[in-house]
Amino acid sequence: MKLVRLVLAVLRLWRNWPEAEAREPRIVAEGKPDRRAELAVLGLLAAASICGVAFIAVYALDRLPRQTQLLGLSLGLTFVFVAAALIVVGRRLVPYEELEEHYPEPAHPEEQEDVVRIVDESGSRFTRKRLLKLAAAGTGGVVATALVTPAVSLGPVFDTDRLYRTPWHRGRRLVDEAGRPYLAAAIETDTFYTAYPEDAPRDDLAAPLVVVRLDPGKLRLPAGRDGWAPRGILAYSKTCTHAACAIALYRTPLFEPTSPRPALVCPCHYSTFDPATGGTVLFGPAGRPLPQLPLAIDDAGHLRAGGGFSGPIGPSWWGVRERKRV
Amino acid sequence: MIRKAVAYLDSRAGAAPLLKKALRYVFPDHWSFLLGEVALYSFVILVGTGIYLTLFFDPSTAKTVYNGSYAPLQGARVSEAYKSVVDLSLERKAGLLMRQTHHWAANVFIAAIVLHLIRVFFTGAFRKPRDLIYYAGLGMLMLALLEGFLGYSLADDLLSGMGLAIAYSVAMSFPFFGANLALLVWGDPFPGDAAFWPRMYIGHVLLLPVLIGGLLALHLGLLVARHHTQFRQERETERRVVGLPTFPGYVPRTLGLASGVAGLLFLLGGLVQINPIWLWGPYEVSQGTNGAQPDWYLGWLIGGLRLMPGFDVTIGDYTLVPNAFWAGAGFPLFVFLVLLLWPWLERKATGDHAVHNLLDRPRDAPWRTAIGVGLLTWVFLVFFFGTADRLYVYFGASYTTQLWVYRVLVWVLPVAAGAVAYRVCNELRAGERVARERKRAEEEAPYIIGT
Repeated sequence: MKLVRLVLAVLRLWRNWPEAEAREPRIVAEGKPDRRAELAVLGLLAAASICGVAFIAVYALDRLPRQTQLLGLSLGLTFVFVAAALIVVGRRLVPYEELEEHYPEPAHPEEQEDVVRIVDESGSRFTRKRLLKLAAAGTGGVVATALVTPAVSLGPVFDTDRLYRTPWHRGRRLVDEAGRPYLAAAIETDTFYTAYPEDAPRDDLAAPLVVVRLDPGKLRLPAGRDGWAPRGILAYSKTCTHAACAIALYRTPLFEPTSPRPALVCPCHYSTFDPATGGTVLFGPAGRPLPQLPLAIDDAGHLRAGGGFSGPIGPSWWGVRERKRV
Repeated sequence: MIRKAVAYLDSRAGAAPLLKKALRYVFPDHWSFLLGEVALYSFVILVGTGIYLTLFFDPSTAKTVYNGSYAPLQGARVSEAYKSVVDLSLERKAGLLMRQTHHWAANVFIAAIVLHLIRVFFTGAFRKPRDLIYYAGLGMLMLALLEGFLGYSLADDLLSGMGLAIAYSVAMSFPFFGANLALLVWGDPFPGDAAFWPRMYIGHVLLLPVLIGGLLALHLGLLVARHHTQFRQERETERRVVGLPTFPGYVPRTLGLASGVAGLLFLLGGLVQINPIWLWGPYEVSQGTNGAQPDWYLGWLIGGLRLMPGFDVTIGDYTLVPNAFWAGAGFPLFVFLVLLLWPWLERKATGDHAVHNLLDRPRDAPWRTAIGVGLLTWVFLVFFFGTADRLYVYFGASYTTQLWVYRVLVWVLPVAAGAVAYRVCNELRAGERVARERKRAEEEAPYIIGT
């Protein structure tokens, strides 16, 4: 053996061969080749490419039924096959190594001390430090406040009065979705209607009303609401006082034992209001009754507002006043 | 080729030492460490598909008439925003795939963050020196919830409009400044000023993603600076980290995971319908739909809003704190406050100010595990109550009965679950102690017999 090596060394010197044996030791651990895994990777990459081509083909075709599904399937599978190929590479083809390393130093006390000293020594010429710090902090606060002040333009921050505004006032007619005025005679029991203010915007929480008709003998409206429900027809704001969803459900008593009274229900959090007692809360999280709109029937038999709402419409806020009228 | 590239980078950026270090950076191996990566790759998909969507979306509430190919909506008065989303979904090739993938990715993103947070909490990975990383993560979770909500609100369909109305009511319900806050953000009483939609849009596509991206960079940068945590197995210690090197061990695995996440999301986006807004219709303040459910990650809020007993805090005629505040704002703020304060609270309670690189198993810290299980049970019960109306529809379980059962359970069960968790932790530890003693005794036995 020694002889062979010697010969090789001489040959190397003579032929100027690269010095294979004197190479540095490997950095990355060694491992045996795995031809089956390589084959698997090749197969998976081929499958991924086929799916990718299929995606392009599906995209190129027009008026294909279920095109979205096929696009998602082909693109999704492309990535799934790529993922599988990479996992085989990671698990079977690259050398497996477990390295160790020291965690970084938890702290650098000397540098910490130096930083403190740099800051301290930099301020050594100041004599009235506290006063200057106070002045700097104050100025900083003023500058910051000045810089955020223009944000007030985003909205009428302090004008909370506009939250009380409604398009409903005495005499305004109730119209349906198509803008046709509601006839009192057309309002039936056991169903509910959505009404809008005539000639006013509808995309306003105060605009939509829910209108129902009950037996006038069964009404127990609060004091001061005499004549608000002509012929038993009642109108309430359609906006829930809890979280401003539309009161889109009406529970009519189909079977007395289980649903004893008609109720207006919000589908978001199931706040339930009693139309017979002035919109009081029967159930659910709402903290305030549904505002009622007094109704009147004009000479033509149309429904009109008899005044403003009994209270502020929509969700409550800090300081909202139940009886304030604007 | 490689040599040339490395030489180029090294001579221009002095990158070779850094590259060498980065290639041999050590990643401890445990399945639960993947959760954060799933969130990361979902975020990448979100950005990619999101950019695509911005090229078609029109953030305008101006009204128009729908005249596209979906017959039931023909002639409907809709907003430009709604129309552009329906058109993107039904008229553009691959538009629906991208939109649904984006929506699914948002759901997976937040699910992965939550699971990651649970993992980090129960293993004590948030302890010094990684509490800053934890705060950045919590910040991302909060921003992600808002980001997701803005995302599905932008479509201006009936379902999302109801969600915005609730968000407006919750904003209004804040003590002292609620009404001012809502007017500031919406620019007018609900549904707000015309500028509100562009505001949501720029928030969704620029402000929040940039904030999330910034926190992500901080999260990962600090992680690299302090290194990963690890479980104690054989050679792992507080001072020595053991695991796979970035290259070649870790890169194929993590790229495989990235590709797998992408594959899953595109499969979901193509095959599993999500938020078909043409079925919900456009939003009108006067309209509502029953059976409305938000995306899963806001389920705890709808559950809370429904569970809350109905009262406003009032003085005579004046409302002080409206009902929506407690569940819509107070509840999530409280949960996040507890999570934010937790590392500090734990340091105060245990007096443990040491550096921890080794993870706890949940049993190693019975109090933390018990409180965590209690908090999780509490939030989960509130979340689950959000399904009570569906359980009524599908199984006939009385909604009112469920409500009262939950109002009791939501206080009783967390305490019980916490107590059980505490007990289980201690039993497991006692069992291990016994096993250790026995092993030692058995090892000593031959000597005793021998002598």
